[in-house]
Amino acid sequence: MKTVVTDVLVIGGGLAGLRMAIAARRRGREAIVLSLVPPKRSHSAAAQGGMQASLANVARGAGDNEDVHFEDTVRGSDWGADQIVARMFVNTAPKAVRELAAWGTPWSRVRGGEREVIVNEEKVSVTERAEAHGLIAQRDFGGTKKWRTCYAADGTGHAMLFTTSDQAIRQGVAVYERTEALALIHDGERCHGAVVRDLVSGELFACLARATAIATGGAGRLYRVTTNAVICEGMGHALALETGVAALGNMEAVQFHPTGIFPAGILVTEGCRGDGGLLRDVDGHRFMPDYEPEKKELASRDVVSRRMEEHIRRGKGVPSRFGPHLWLDITLLGRRHIERDLREVKDICAYFLGIDPVEKWIPVRPAQHYTMGGVRTDHTGQSPYLKGLFAAGEAACWDLHGFNRLGGNSVAETVVAGMIVGEFIADFCDRPENAVPLPMALAQEFVQREEAKLAAILASCGQENPFRLCAEMQDVMTEHVGIFRRGDALQAGIARLRELLERSRAIGITGKSRAANPELVAAYRVRRMLKLALTIACGARQRTESRGAHFREDFPRRDDRDWLKRTLAVWPDDSADLPRLDYEALDVMKMELPPGWRGYGAKDYIDHPDTPLRQREVDAIRASMRGRDRHALQDAIMPCADRLPASLAGRNERLDEPLEGA
Amino acid sequence: MSTGATPQSPRPQSQTGKHRLLTFDILRYDPRDAASVPRMRAYRIEEADSMTLFIALNEIREQQDPTLQFDFVCRAGICGSCAMMVNGRPRLACRTLTRDLPAETTLAPLPFFELIGDLSVNTGKWMRGMSERLQTWLHVRESEPDLRRIEARMDPDLAEQIYELDRCVECGCCVAACGTARMREEFTGAVGFGKIARFRLDPRDTRTDEDYYELIGDDTGVFGCMSLLACHDVCPKSLPLQTQIAFLRRKMAGMGASRDVPVPER
Repeated sequence: MKTVVTDVLVIGGGLAGLRMAIAARRRGREAIVLSLVPPKRSHSAAAQGGMQASLANVARGAGDNEDVHFEDTVRGSDWGADQIVARMFVNTAPKAVRELAAWGTPWSRVRGGEREVIVNEEKVSVTERAEAHGLIAQRDFGGTKKWRTCYAADGTGHAMLFTTSDQAIRQGVAVYERTEALALIHDGERCHGAVVRDLVSGELFACLARATAIATGGAGRLYRVTTNAVICEGMGHALALETGVAALGNMEAVQFHPTGIFPAGILVTEGCRGDGGLLRDVDGHRFMPDYEPEKKELASRDVVSRRMEEHIRRGKGVPSRFGPHLWLDITLLGRRHIERDLREVKDICAYFLGIDPVEKWIPVRPAQHYTMGGVRTDHTGQSPYLKGLFAAGEAACWDLHGFNRLGGNSVAETVVAGMIVGEFIADFCDRPENAVPLPMALAQEFVQREEAKLAAILASCGQENPFRLCAEMQDVMTEHVGIFRRGDALQAGIARLRELLERSRAIGITGKSRAANPELVAAYRVRRMLKLALTIACGARQRTESRGAHFREDFPRRDDRDWLKRTLAVWPDDSADLPRLDYEALDVMKMELPPGWRGYGAKDYIDHPDTPLRQREVDAIRASMRGRDRHALQDAIMPCADRLPASLAGRNERLDEPLEGA
Repeated sequence: MSTGATPQSPRPQSQTGKHRLLTFDILRYDPRDAASVPRMRAYRIEEADSMTLFIALNEIREQQDPTLQFDFVCRAGICGSCAMMVNGRPRLACRTLTRDLPAETTLAPLPFFELIGDLSVNTGKWMRGMSERLQTWLHVRESEPDLRRIEARMDPDLAEQIYELDRCVECGCCVAACGTARMREEFTGAVGFGKIARFRLDPRDTRTDEDYYELIGDDTGVFGCMSLLACHDVCPKSLPLQTQIAFLRRKMAGMGASRDVPVPER
């Protein structure tokens, strides 16, 4: 058995994975990154619009800081987020942007002086301060009080990923391209690495590590129409789920992006609406102000997506051969703006729709976009259930996003969590008690088990086609576990998914090569995808409330009394056909921002009994500390300054908030 | 069927007679199989509205030949994974609409790069080697900036110009189309020149033209370029490769001419 030994094994070569590996290298640790594709091809590259960080450089960002970013994030999450994690995140986001700037990311910069922007269909003149000239610029995004989204034209993710990937090369991070982890090697208490398959040669080997980190991104391909890349099949989620111990959190929280181009589902960025674009219906009517007078097109994504589908249900969609859609109108932004700051959008429209968005409206409809659920971790990024297993980015439920993620917070999370969790991983490796002897026998057992599974698929005379099973699963998820959910439909969906899981035992494939073999890959992945699909569907069936992106037509209200808790799911063993669900309560009495109305969307919800108590406590602290600075106040309400690694702690300087000693 | 309304885009329905019948002649070869010999194989499918090569190739794999190898990741023209020869020209397959192709189309893997199988080539390995050799990262004096402090300023126009050169997706089209690369395996290629141009433009990078001369000042570098400039014509991101290569060559020629004299440029 071939065995590779390292300190840190990172599964996934996108921004989160690379940044963790860089952190480990900078702390003197060896790191190996496993990546299905060359890392620069990762789905991180597709983040077009930008990254949230409260730099407050632009005029419309004046007064922005960690506190405002924190509140936007928690409200966006519909109070599902871990507020300590949200605080760690908002405090590190400016540092992450500045680190990338220092590494060379060509962030778009502020131009001092007057310029015209489009706000609510009107040209508005904005004067940027002369002293901000040349600092990193911010644009508007949905669900935020301030202009906070830093960007590199419309290729933010691409620019960030190339910078970070080149830094990883500089730091000597070993990247095993075109490899896939098939199983985590663990003894039920401690994770020791993974069984790895070389996707070109087909060879299996064991990779043993002190710390193993999952950073495999989302699971959008469980749905028929998704903005996600074809590699986003949730295989990192499945690795944890199949251990039977490392729980997944909140898998039913699935975000749909309002503007997938229709019908292909390719994303056009939220920047279109942030920069002033409008949504229109079959009559050309701008309908969002009718539903959301406060935030209009820029309410959070879950709200805008639901309003769009609601409007289509009222017969206001534009009919087409593929079903109804709506329009995204960015013509009012003008050619100059579109060709500079939204060029990727222009390209996508030209190449996939054959239209010029400077002149024509873009056909759009909500498409699956983001997996809020993931490998449940504590604030250090480690699984509380399997020691030595870490996760970061979209694959994790660190729990920054709760039940709905804000635009611009995902690509921010990748690098921020990469920095933070990377440091904690290095700390973990440094502790002598974590240097365990290499479990060679265990590794061998796991490799043999995976080898036997592959052999069984290759030898099977079964009649089931893996591609067809996958397509059927995507249909079920789209029809039964989509934007609008209902108990009976979910129940029916679960029944169909169980049938598909049973049928997946009888997969037979025609190509018998053990080496590069797309059919074999589809065969072993589809079973895992079905387990994830069932985990999402069961979580959605159980959760009899509506929160963030999880919307139950039969339970339309948010119910803090019974459901202010996180879903935890494990897959008991391979013979099971349902996940085991458990719940973890969120403690209102420790929240900095007790639950309330989000500022958009539905206004009625069922309060948690602790909410009024906690609100009174928080109000009393605020009253008693009148006159003290915001940092002292924050510390009094929810102390968490000691949670960040020392190297990342500390305040962030802004033009209006100079650092002492500067 | 449930009533739960969700994004719907029906899978392509066969509407025989309405659409063209397309033929794809695809180069099939598995270099790891001793019995495999390169051969062209024809596949026929019915065209659909807005069909791209991504949709067409997946349909062929799912319905006709599950062993067919190709690479797609973003399928949105962003990641550069799917470059291949379409009727003899390198392009990104995902954003190639079949309606822009004739009824019979030839697909082959990119030349120059190591073949994995069929239409799949190992661009990643070559690109990593290029990055290591040219050190495609910002070289700065201060490696650990204080992240709590306000970032260093940059002129907004300069930031835009750097971004323009930073848009390369390393798809490999430029190298696949390059006449020099056919003759010199170790040729830097337009992708590499584009990177050098990008860092050279960045005032934060401490490298001088002397340093860059060491990297690209010979026949495997910018002097090997025969100015055929197919790279410029095929670049899916429309990078200004022609002007950048010409500019670098002028700078490097100047550097070479004055090599014995220390030239403190920049």
